[in-house]
Amino acid sequence: MSNTQEFPPPVKWVDDRLGIAKIGKKNLRKVFPDHWSFMLGEIALYSFIILILTGTFLTFWFKPSMAEVQYNGSYSLLKGLHMSEAYASTLDITFDVRGGLLVRQIHHWAAVLFIAAMMVHLLRMFFTGAFRKPRELNWLIGFGMLFLGIIEGFIGYGLPDDLLSGTGLRITNGMIQASPIVGTYMNFFIFGGEFPGDEFVSRFFIVHVLLIPGIILGLVTAHLFLVVYHKHTQYAGPGRTQKNVVGYPLFPVYTAKAGGFFFVVFGITALMGALMQINPVWLYGPYNPAEVTAGSQPDWYMGWLEGAVRIFPGFESHFWGITLGWNLLIPALIIPPAFVTLVALYPFIEGWISGDKREHHLLDRPRDVPTRTGVGVGFITFYALLWIGGGNDLIATHFGVSLNHVTWFLRFAVILGPILAFWVARRWAISLQRADYARLTHGLETGVIVRSPEGKYTEKHQPISTYEAYSLTARDRVVPHEIGPETDDNGVRAPRRALNKARAALSRFYFADAVQKPTAQELEEAHEHAHDADEIHELTEDTETYREVTSDRS
Amino acid sequence: MSEKRSSLSPARFLSARRRHRSAGLVVLLFGLLAVGSAYAAFAPDDAVADNSAQSQQIEEGKKLFSVGCSSCHGLNAEGGGNGAGKMAGPSLIGVGAAAVDFQVGTGRMPAMQPGAQIPRKTPAYTQEEIEALAAYIASLAPGPAVPAQDSYDVSKATDEQITRGGELFRTNCTACHNFAGRGGALPNGKYAPSLMGVSEKHIYEAMLTGPQQMPVFSDQVMQPQDKADIIAYLKALQNQKDPGGFGLGRLGPVSEGLWGWLVGIGLLVCVAVWIGAKGVKAKGAKAHE
Repeated sequence: MSNTQEFPPPVKWVDDRLGIAKIGKKNLRKVFPDHWSFMLGEIALYSFIILILTGTFLTFWFKPSMAEVQYNGSYSLLKGLHMSEAYASTLDITFDVRGGLLVRQIHHWAAVLFIAAMMVHLLRMFFTGAFRKPRELNWLIGFGMLFLGIIEGFIGYGLPDDLLSGTGLRITNGMIQASPIVGTYMNFFIFGGEFPGDEFVSRFFIVHVLLIPGIILGLVTAHLFLVVYHKHTQYAGPGRTQKNVVGYPLFPVYTAKAGGFFFVVFGITALMGALMQINPVWLYGPYNPAEVTAGSQPDWYMGWLEGAVRIFPGFESHFWGITLGWNLLIPALIIPPAFVTLVALYPFIEGWISGDKREHHLLDRPRDVPTRTGVGVGFITFYALLWIGGGNDLIATHFGVSLNHVTWFLRFAVILGPILAFWVARRWAISLQRADYARLTHGLETGVIVRSPEGKYTEKHQPISTYEAYSLTARDRVVPHEIGPETDDNGVRAPRRALNKARAALSRFYFADAVQKPTAQELEEAHEHAHDADEIHELTEDTETYREVTSDRS
Repeated sequence: MSEKRSSLSPARFLSARRRHRSAGLVVLLFGLLAVGSAYAAFAPDDAVADNSAQSQQIEEGKKLFSVGCSSCHGLNAEGGGNGAGKMAGPSLIGVGAAAVDFQVGTGRMPAMQPGAQIPRKTPAYTQEEIEALAAYIASLAPGPAVPAQDSYDVSKATDEQITRGGELFRTNCTACHNFAGRGGALPNGKYAPSLMGVSEKHIYEAMLTGPQQMPVFSDQVMQPQDKADIIAYLKALQNQKDPGGFGLGRLGPVSEGLWGWLVGIGLLVCVAVWIGAKGVKAKGAKAHE
């Protein structure tokens, strides 16, 4: 109470009514750790705010209607053409509303960045193991936002009713129709009849401006609430444990850093909106199902789906008067949901494999869980190859290669590439782990070559600092999940044996090859050995250069 | 007998010999001579003069053809093999002057090497030489002629015509050439080239003759006014500045996504690294590492 008396009158007035001092005292001093990779989610959050601001501006002029009108605005190349009101009003925003084009472009760039930032943020979570207990649910919430963000973006892309967006919707319409039995019904339900009909713009509009943003907003709130509740994760380092958070308080440090970063994000997005032309709807012309254009691609986040459809061989089967278009069914309705489900459930999958029930507030270095890192790189490779498939025509024209060659290459690469990438990344991570192990036990290679009186050449090793040693050893030992005995004491077979065997096999695959941090005993022995050795160690072909040489300073 | 005969009047002379066995031949010769003389007398003089100039041009074209084209297209433009059972160059009989003007005028012919598609390059022949080549090819068989200049002159096109041309362009051309005429990929290394910087005449001729992968849009399928409108739209498009900043190649969302990641996420991550590296300078304390 004594504190409140120090407040200036307006603050006191508010505090008396809302009790902000109590809330603020606790939350303004909340500590967050400092690292650039913790700011990726912020980019997404700020892009979302920019999207709401610019989107509101656009709704003032956008007319979500497919009524046919004649265009009489100031863009002469389309003057007099019949088009939907949605497209005409988009042209009006572009050419006749002051600042309209700028805001439209900021909106679109912010959408591109929103989803890109969410994805980069997700990768950071993945590779550092931030999704582990207790944060699995927050991973799911984040995934939900990413998923909804992609749907939201795609619907927004469909709203202007230009030739590009109409073509995109036509492909979506084809994918929906490809689903067996329910396809046509779903299609009629979504479009209110045959494609394109005259309803989808008004329907998509309300989903785009109200429904999905509302849900995302709710999820953002839950996401941030959970970040506060769980407290932020941190990278291992001196003084950082599973039980504390080392960093700076929200006020004043992070209010300044994060607030400033918001303006940076807004500034960069605005610069992109001002300087880089995006979605030039006036060039595409109004949608007409009889027309199509080369370069018809979705925005980047749907590109992998487009690629899957593009590279999939065309075949279909007919039975009992039903046509099943496998060339759409598999790449559009089976592979993407399967991929996406794997991503969403990954924390639970890894939790089950590792059998790890501990809470984790210290982040993993990607190298310390080599198989996870490999899986992540494999997933990225898979995604990127499909991405390339989505732009196969531009790859062909810009690199002077045959479209067919690109497609055939991708058909194999999309299967072999991720396996190869997994293997390379995993081995790479294990090698880095071994290097860390060597640093811990034998110190740093100094590059100083010493010649002894007998004429031997040796390299001096220097011990690493205790800070670094702490950082390198802060992680947990993760050993493969042990399968229990086949039968218990009474000779009864353990239940779910096959499942447990599979789990143990996966666990070995995950953790058996990872280099465990040295035990205290191992470290001691290594250092002992260094003392015994004559400060320097002989460097011959069959001697490991890493071994020993730790000075007394340790 | 001979004296008597020679004293006969010409009428009697002809009359007496009207049943001679070569009389019919003589009449035929006279007839031909009369028709020939009459043709020479009545045919317009300038046509005769032009004919000789044209034949000279054709002759010159034939010479150029023998040197520059015949190795692939055959000595008489009948098409030629490459010696391995494959076609080196198609027959040019009946392709018309428009095709020659397009192919040679855009530098596609003479081709440097066979390939999936012959690219556009700097023309190897002067306009005069191209005309000679075109005249030679046109002389082999009828085909589409080089269009007259007023058929593709779009400098006075109205807004209405441009809009109409846009609709025609989107209906007939964008599927391969892209919405902004930037070109696109076709199967097996072939492609629809960019239409930027192509002259009005060459666009018109391309529609007329359907070079390489392109279908023919003959005057019956697409009327000359339609062609002119499409050209008017393309020229308006080409001259239009991008109102939204850098056009990013006018290639659609692929290039936008690429730039969004490189510039947007790239810059933002750089800033994040910078902010993350900035420590806090508390009063009286040393800067955080």
